Amino acid sequence: MLGFNALVGIALFYVAFLFGVAFAAERRAAQGHDSWLRSPWIYTLSLSIYCTAWTFYGAVGYAARSGLEYLTIYLGPSLVMLGWWWLLRKLVRVGRAQRITSIADLISSRYGKSTLLGVIVTLLAVIGVTPYIALQLQSIAQSLDVFAGPEDAALGGSSVALWSAIGLALFTILFGTRNLDANERHHGIVMAIAVEAVVKLGALLAVGVFVVWDLGGGPAQMLARIDASPIAAWDQQSGRWIGFTLLSAAALLCLPRMFQVLVVENADEAHLGTASWAFPLYLALMSLFVVPIAVMGLERLPEANPDMFVLTLPLDAGRDGLAAWAFLGGFSSAASMVMVATIALATMVSNHIVVPLWLHARSQGAVMSGDVRAMVLTSRRLSILGVLGLGYLYFHLSGGGAALASIGLVAFVGVVQVLPAMLGGLFWRGATRGGAAAGLVLGFAVWLWAMFLPSVGDGTAIPASVMAQGPFGLGWLRPQALFGTGGLDPVLHAAMWSLTLNAAAFVAVSLASFPGPVERLQGAQFVGVFDVSGGPGGWSRGAADAETLLVMAQRIIGAAQAQALFARAAAAQGRAGALPEVTPNFIRALERDLAGSVGAATAHAMIGQMTEGASVTVEDLIAVADETAQIVEYSGRLEQKSAELERTAGALREANAKLTALSVQKDGFLSQVSHELRTPMTSIRAFAEILREGGLEPRDQARFAAIIGDEAGRLTRLLDDLLDLSVLEAGQGRLDLRRVRLGEVIDRAVAAALPDPGGLRLLRDPQAETVQIETDPDRLAQVFINLIANARKYCDAGRPELRIVWHPALGAVDFIDNGPGIPADHGRVIFEKFSRLGDPGRAGGAGLGLAICREIMTRLGGAVRFLPGPGGATFRVELPRAVSPLAIDQPEAV
Amino acid sequence: MPGGETPRRGGRPVFLARASYRRRRLHDAARLAPLAAGFLWTLPLLWPRGSTPVSTVLVYLFATWGVSVLVSVLLARALRRADAEAGVQEEG
Repeated sequence: MLGFNALVGIALFYVAFLFGVAFAAERRAAQGHDSWLRSPWIYTLSLSIYCTAWTFYGAVGYAARSGLEYLTIYLGPSLVMLGWWWLLRKLVRVGRAQRITSIADLISSRYGKSTLLGVIVTLLAVIGVTPYIALQLQSIAQSLDVFAGPEDAALGGSSVALWSAIGLALFTILFGTRNLDANERHHGIVMAIAVEAVVKLGALLAVGVFVVWDLGGGPAQMLARIDASPIAAWDQQSGRWIGFTLLSAAALLCLPRMFQVLVVENADEAHLGTASWAFPLYLALMSLFVVPIAVMGLERLPEANPDMFVLTLPLDAGRDGLAAWAFLGGFSSAASMVMVATIALATMVSNHIVVPLWLHARSQGAVMSGDVRAMVLTSRRLSILGVLGLGYLYFHLSGGGAALASIGLVAFVGVVQVLPAMLGGLFWRGATRGGAAAGLVLGFAVWLWAMFLPSVGDGTAIPASVMAQGPFGLGWLRPQALFGTGGLDPVLHAAMWSLTLNAAAFVAVSLASFPGPVERLQGAQFVGVFDVSGGPGGWSRGAADAETLLVMAQRIIGAAQAQALFARAAAAQGRAGALPEVTPNFIRALERDLAGSVGAATAHAMIGQMTEGASVTVEDLIAVADETAQIVEYSGRLEQKSAELERTAGALREANAKLTALSVQKDGFLSQVSHELRTPMTSIRAFAEILREGGLEPRDQARFAAIIGDEAGRLTRLLDDLLDLSVLEAGQGRLDLRRVRLGEVIDRAVAAALPDPGGLRLLRDPQAETVQIETDPDRLAQVFINLIANARKYCDAGRPELRIVWHPALGAVDFIDNGPGIPADHGRVIFEKFSRLGDPGRAGGAGLGLAICREIMTRLGGAVRFLPGPGGATFRVELPRAVSPLAIDQPEAV
Repeated sequence: MPGGETPRRGGRPVFLARASYRRRRLHDAARLAPLAAGFLWTLPLLWPRGSTPVSTVLVYLFATWGVSVLVSVLLARALRRADAEAGVQEEG
């Protein structure tokens, strides 16, 4: 049989090997070869610290006592990993965005960087996890004990545990406090854990294969043996099955060491995707052979301790090598759990208790107070020693008896008290600091009363009389029968009441209280971590200058890092080579970097000291900003509705204005028409009456008749024009489109408008007018006639001239006279019906000419415009663009 | 009347391109996976006590465990590919 001393030698050799692995990993990381250290596989293997010695040895014992119920401890975490998209993704994102250093830091940071909450969670974790560390020490001692012969009995389990604790503390301090920044991973430790994960899985699988194939005679026979064993009956309590599954699922999230590897040591969010299936697979393999080992142990070694079957079965069969391997597996499980749990706890104790106390003691502030970095590192090392010391003390005091065996579930229920505050913080913006504190304290108290104190031992912490009758005879407060629920399983009872009261207090106080500004800002950042891109709320341009901040930062994160950080910030501000300007953004980034070393609350307090006083006003500003952020969404909806209404109203107004304008136009038009008709009618009537009375000279008679004829002619013209206009406006009448030479049309217009060529001199360019255009020549001529006639009528220059110019590029004809022109403000109205400038009598028309021109050009697809400017009146007739190419491609006509 | 477009502000779009639609459904599947596994793993509680051999339960649980791992492998791979194609890390 393998000797005790040989085993100790193997263990020491193994530890030395782990040291080597850790050193090599740190070396490679320092040289920048850390890509494989950041692989998803290393991440998944580091999660294996979930499987402690309690699961490595204890699962078999659990199975031997309670059948398949041990599986719940693995099924719960598998569910959480399978459901990573719900929760873990968000948790990891928040952890990375906020540079969270521990679960206490998460809670503290979420609820307004509260120091109080950090302290509560830290205490809870220390009290909950210390017994768990004690359990690991016990398992090492107990497993060594299995190998101990009668001559080794002098070596008590206590001294083995002590030496283990010292060794683990050394290892943890060496590799766990090399640097402060949580974002720089503990490569050495993580690598050692990964190796240990492989060793323990391999060990358990090897023992399993040995048991099933060597001892059991193959899987089929093994299943038959299981059905013939004392645990063959499937009589699982539903409550315990579901309750323990949920409990272990919650523990995966809340255990400080799991938070450390899941969130803090996470190098890449994408690793979660791989771990989502690889870790459940790991758990399945870990638990695959537990039942066969338990059944075989019960069959072959009915007197032995079921917790040690993993060791005693190979030993019993004379397989010393296998037994040693199994021992190393158990040792690995214990060691990796202790290391990470210690780091996680030490970080919490240091960041949330020691450093704040130290800062508080030195009221002059962080600037003047020596090397913060060294102080934080020292405090963390002392915390590691303290935590392990507590663990050993607990082990020593409890006597390492069977009482420890149940400590796994006790610790689970204890740390799970963080769950309501954590979930509420991640998904509910209404969760407040008061609510979290109330829930944590109440849940913690119930857990202490209903579970932790009774677990210490019968009658030790709580007198038997109190257990039976309740304190002061208050029966409803009996530790294991709160409110008369004595029928429940004690673990379920404690978990149910502590979590229920915890959650109830958390929700009730949150609903009733009002969060502070920083709290609300952090709440928004946590809950909306996938929407919000900006950092957490910060500081205004405070009293601190860049040098002071640099001095402080150097003391916390180290000179080189701090200088690099400041240089980066300066470069980003475009001030490379100088110190950065102290902008709120810069201070926020600095605070976040410091938070990676000392936790959010401490970093906030330190920066607060530097930018003294500034934070009050800034918080007010944040409050305003937060209010704004909250109402932006609401007002966005309102805005959308009101914009819709406004558009509708605008459209209605527009329609109304159009209708009114139309009606005004119609009225104006009617009165104009009646006025225009009335003037000639009046003279016709008057002269007709004179003629009827008779007694006139023939000469007068002829003259009056001529007047009547003229006026009737004018009426006819007016009516023709009106008819023309109404046809055009209604879009009726056919256009007779033909290709025609531009000059031809102008010739016709000149002939019609200037029967006596004496009055107005025309300046034309016959060569340019050879272009061919496609249009209705009669209608276009009508436009030209109007324009030429107007020029004849209105141009009162000494020698009136009219230039007719063709612009090939524009496809337009300009009619420019040398008269006084038309004032620009009249330019707008001349195309209106019945508009006449100056003396109406002089025009001799009804003022419809230009209105008709405009209608005609619109129908032809072009336009007629008045061009304001110096010189005479200029009218531009734009022919439709479609005809322009025709006009241009006529060089042969030249 | 100016502008007939529907305002988008504050709401999610009603219609998505095919790729985005598939990606969202993948997210849904990822959310449902643990519920399905939870159902499968509580199912044996409904089996008759005493008369069900424990080996049957054992084999059933490990078989469903394996299936869950397989489904999760496929899901994780599909999610990674979809998100890489979309080039974003958005909240689904």
